[in-house]
Amino acid sequence: MSNVLIVGETKDGELKKISKELTSAGRKIADALGGKVIALVIDDKAEALSGELKAVGADIIVNAKASDFNPEGFANIVSAVAKEKSAAVILMPHTPQGKDYSPRVAIKCNAGIIADTVGLSVDGGKVVGKKPIYSGKAYGNFKLTSDVQIFTVRPNSQEVVEKAGEGAVEASAEGFGDVKVKTVSTDASGGSKVQLTEASIIVSGGRGIKGPENWPILQDLADTLGAALGASRATVDAGWIPHSHQVGQTGKTVSPNCYIACGISGAIQHLAGMGSSKYIVAINKDGDAPIFKVATYGVVADLFEVVPALTAEFKKVLG
Amino acid sequence: MKIVVLVKQVPDTETNIKVGDKTINETGVKWIISPYDEFAIEEGIRIREKNGGEVVAVSVGPDRVVEALRTAYAMGVDRAVQIKSDDYNTFDSAYTSEVLASFAKAENADLVIGGRQSIDSDSSQVAIQIAERMSAAHIAMALKLEFDGNTIKATKEIDGGTANVETSTPAVVTAQKGLNEPRYPSLKGIMTAKKKPIETKTPADLGVTAGKIEVVSLEPPPPRIAGRKLEAADAAGFASQLVKALREEAKVI
Repeated sequence: MSNVLIVGETKDGELKKISKELTSAGRKIADALGGKVIALVIDDKAEALSGELKAVGADIIVNAKASDFNPEGFANIVSAVAKEKSAAVILMPHTPQGKDYSPRVAIKCNAGIIADTVGLSVDGGKVVGKKPIYSGKAYGNFKLTSDVQIFTVRPNSQEVVEKAGEGAVEASAEGFGDVKVKTVSTDASGGSKVQLTEASIIVSGGRGIKGPENWPILQDLADTLGAALGASRATVDAGWIPHSHQVGQTGKTVSPNCYIACGISGAIQHLAGMGSSKYIVAINKDGDAPIFKVATYGVVADLFEVVPALTAEFKKVLG
Repeated sequence: MKIVVLVKQVPDTETNIKVGDKTINETGVKWIISPYDEFAIEEGIRIREKNGGEVVAVSVGPDRVVEALRTAYAMGVDRAVQIKSDDYNTFDSAYTSEVLASFAKAENADLVIGGRQSIDSDSSQVAIQIAERMSAAHIAMALKLEFDGNTIKATKEIDGGTANVETSTPAVVTAQKGLNEPRYPSLKGIMTAKKKPIETKTPADLGVTAGKIEVVSLEPPPPRIAGRKLEAADAAGFASQLVKALREEAKVI
């Protein structure tokens, strides 16, 4: 029996898409190894989300109470549930939260961990994790030699498959326990409306937008598509937009279905952060810009003319 | 305060990576300190400048990592230690954290600082694993740090914003861009760094023998979907072609 534990993530009482991606990925592994999929959600409102997890493959849904996020507290709950349920495989989201608690889970379970995987397969009874390495210039396939095998999974890298599991719902009594770091206050004003790292579409701007007064042109397209707003390092360094929007080596790594680069030249540091996007659109006046080497669709034209036209066209077809 | 700074040597982003069966071909690779670790070195030095104490830079790897440690010396650390491992698996965070936690414990570190991730594996694992192994607090993605005796007040980046947190030493901190602006080593610093001693230990000295990750294979990235430049007479023409391509061909919108 090789049970697979997946740890979901919520925001404002709703399930994030990564939770379903992990459940579907866990379902495939459990089917190959012969085990159950246990989905753990740590949120006061977790119970209401059980149906969504059952639909994508969860056999047991464990709900633990928590009104806020604490990395040590989450690690305590995850590792306790992993032991109670004899999990042989644990999948956690490679999100800001997941990156904050997953390292502690690995040590508490005396396990190795392969982080930021984009592919999971089973070979000889062991899970093989595939991940981009060296800024996406190579990929590595890795196995763990520890009894418990732990992986964090990059958002948008796994398909959500509707395939119902048994869907038993359990409440867990596990709590945060003693935590050493206290959160005094939080400020959520710096972020974008749609989270960059999990967005399925990103509209991103570079030096070609000429100044911060022109972000509304890109934001309008982003809003039309329900996309997140990204930015190149040049625009962040120039003070046109907060660092939380930066995509690339010293910003966020993203892999949306569609990345629309507007006025971005495509320096290697930028490509390191978005090169694994499925489809890349480049809009740039300079036809020799390196971004065109990775673009699925290239538009050599003035973004100030094309982006508003694109927004108008999408508004028309999307109603 | 005793501060241990984690320094990882990685290939420069601009370097061409040639993949072998289970490792990369290191011929012609230019090695640098992982950029986030530079923020960590800088912060360690600044904390010592303000609060006193000692800053120890530590790096796991073969003899090439000595170059990274010399750079740390040139920036201003007090001691530099190489944990010598010729066949170091850079992707095995559990192994690395075991070695480094054992080292930090032996040093009686009050504070361990590293970058928020290294740019070769992008795992964001080692530093926080060390915290767990040391039963210490951790603050990830730190943007601001203040010390008052044993108390640490910090601002950290969270999903969609920032949080102000409080804890006490011993603690592990990971540096996010914005924590500081790393200094450039002075010429004098670079010259004196050449003569400073690099202490050497082995993972076995620290009681660590085996890793937990097996490399199955390395491979080049998957080929991208072949791209094309669209042709149109005006902006409206580009827009309608692009919408059509994204909706009908790519089916992503």
